Amino acid sequence: MIHAELSKLLRNRRTWGTIAIIDALPTLVAVLLAMTDLGPRPGTGPAFLSAVLTDGTLFPLAALAMVLPLFLPIAVALVAGEAVAGEAQQGTLRYLLIRPVGRTRLLVAKLVAVMAFVVVTVLVVAVTSYVVGVLLLGDQTVTVTGPTTSISGSPMSTPELVGRTGLAFAYAMLCMLGVAAVALFLSTVARSPLGAAMGAMTLLVASTLLLTLDAAQALHPYLLTRHWLAFVDLFRDPIRWDEVVRGVLVQGAYVVVFLGAAWASFTTKDITD
Amino acid sequence: MSATPTSATADDVRRVIRTDALTKRFGRVTAVDAVALDVREGDVYGFLGANGSGKTTTVRMLLGLVLATSGDIEVLGEPMPGSARAVLPRVGALVEGPGTYPHLSGRANLALLDATGADGPRRTRTRRIDEALERVGLASVDGRPARAYSLGMRQRLGLAAALLRRPDLLVLDEPTNGLDPQGIHEIRTLLLELNREGTTVFLSSHLLAEIEQMCTRVGVLDGGRLVLQDQMDALRGPTGRTEVRTPDLEEARRLLATMPDLEVESTVDEHEGGRLLVRGAEPADLNARLVEAGVRVTLLSPERRHLEDVVLAATTSGTDRFGRAGASA
Repeated sequence: MIHAELSKLLRNRRTWGTIAIIDALPTLVAVLLAMTDLGPRPGTGPAFLSAVLTDGTLFPLAALAMVLPLFLPIAVALVAGEAVAGEAQQGTLRYLLIRPVGRTRLLVAKLVAVMAFVVVTVLVVAVTSYVVGVLLLGDQTVTVTGPTTSISGSPMSTPELVGRTGLAFAYAMLCMLGVAAVALFLSTVARSPLGAAMGAMTLLVASTLLLTLDAAQALHPYLLTRHWLAFVDLFRDPIRWDEVVRGVLVQGAYVVVFLGAAWASFTTKDITD
Repeated sequence: MSATPTSATADDVRRVIRTDALTKRFGRVTAVDAVALDVREGDVYGFLGANGSGKTTTVRMLLGLVLATSGDIEVLGEPMPGSARAVLPRVGALVEGPGTYPHLSGRANLALLDATGADGPRRTRTRRIDEALERVGLASVDGRPARAYSLGMRQRLGLAAALLRRPDLLVLDEPTNGLDPQGIHEIRTLLLELNREGTTVFLSSHLLAEIEQMCTRVGVLDGGRLVLQDQMDALRGPTGRTEVRTPDLEEARRLLATMPDLEVESTVDEHEGGRLLVRGAEPADLNARLVEAGVRVTLLSPERRHLEDVVLAATTSGTDRFGRAGASA
């Protein structure tokens, strides 16, 4: 079943179109940086971006920081929102269920496919941004030729950098799993895939807006997007764990609650479309 | 030759579908109301009903897609939806039109469906797909995506999907939808062929003619209730009248009037000459008496009921009709 879902995902031209669009943003930024040589002042703008002017190999992290807040979650909302409602709209859901594919198994397979989409997207972004970074920005290194520095300024060895990148990657996956859980739940409820995706996006936008509002301070700790950029803390020296841990707890809660709701809604649903 | 099954015969025959007081309510609307279906092995069962009579909801409940409010379902001898995992691999179904992934070819659609199933060895997949396509008349279909298929081709593809696993039971909802007369004939032939090979066919339709031509057993749903369920032979049994067609209408009428044991109703059809309906006569005897008296007979046969009359008598108007109360009676 999981194999079939993955094959569906990877054979869909729209999957690759979405990935290409997501990939285009960091590539564009790299080109602009290389042409103008105008980086944001240190401490402002997207994370790591000020550092990449001196070291192109750091560009994948900067790219991740660029796509994580908006592009990637919207794509996840689209893909996960379509998971069940899309099959229902095409009329294929009923034929899957009478094969029979168990409803719980179908949900799990859909979730795995969505996460596979995230992995593929992040990998594509990482690889292209690394290549682009080294080609366009790497040779601009003027001052620093030594080891890469953490954002706290101290040097980092390559194994340490790889380890931290792995952690950051896992954290980002968990954040996207939170979005996927919300969208998947809506996908079991909504009649149209677009409705489910829009619902999840509304939550994302609302969460982002509320975070800028001081009056909503009481809500801030529980908002879906509140701790998303905490992965930056993994590149400080020493690592600042507190926000990362809080982020894991909040995302975990979203995942448990919404996947539970998705399961409860889908396994008791009358399939009438 | 009794039309009503006695309890003895009911135990002898294997039940393929059996429901007991099957009921489905959507909010305050009762879509299916205490339905007791009885489909036997080897049947071609015609499930008739107007649009909105609850046919599709019933079919979906049989397949475990819609969950019943109350009542029991047994398919192939096992409870549904509890034993769906054991039952559904033996069932092929076409429910409210085929479902296809529009960007994939017909073959790729079937392969994907086959990959999601619990059984069927992978190495025989291509062969099984080819066989299924062959059966429904799509053997030479090319690699164009399903979105470019005509309605009829899509319908055939849906049938091929239902036949992928050589099911013991075929549940088909309006299978000839979108097909031209030639296609309808082909599908009918195919279904009868499958039935001869041992597949029980459950055919839901609102087309009386389709059911009348194919089915051995009929159930009629009206407003969510099963108002009629019987063998086709019993439903289309003789009315007790004999139909006589003759060019010598007046002579025949005069002659029959002299026979006090007969009641005669006559109608004259301009195109076909005289037509008499005689009640209370034994057909062979009647024929002999008419010919003996010099009345020429074009046709003489026991009159049988039409399915349409039986169904109309059992049902009210469909739910898509919203006439004023009392105005349509």
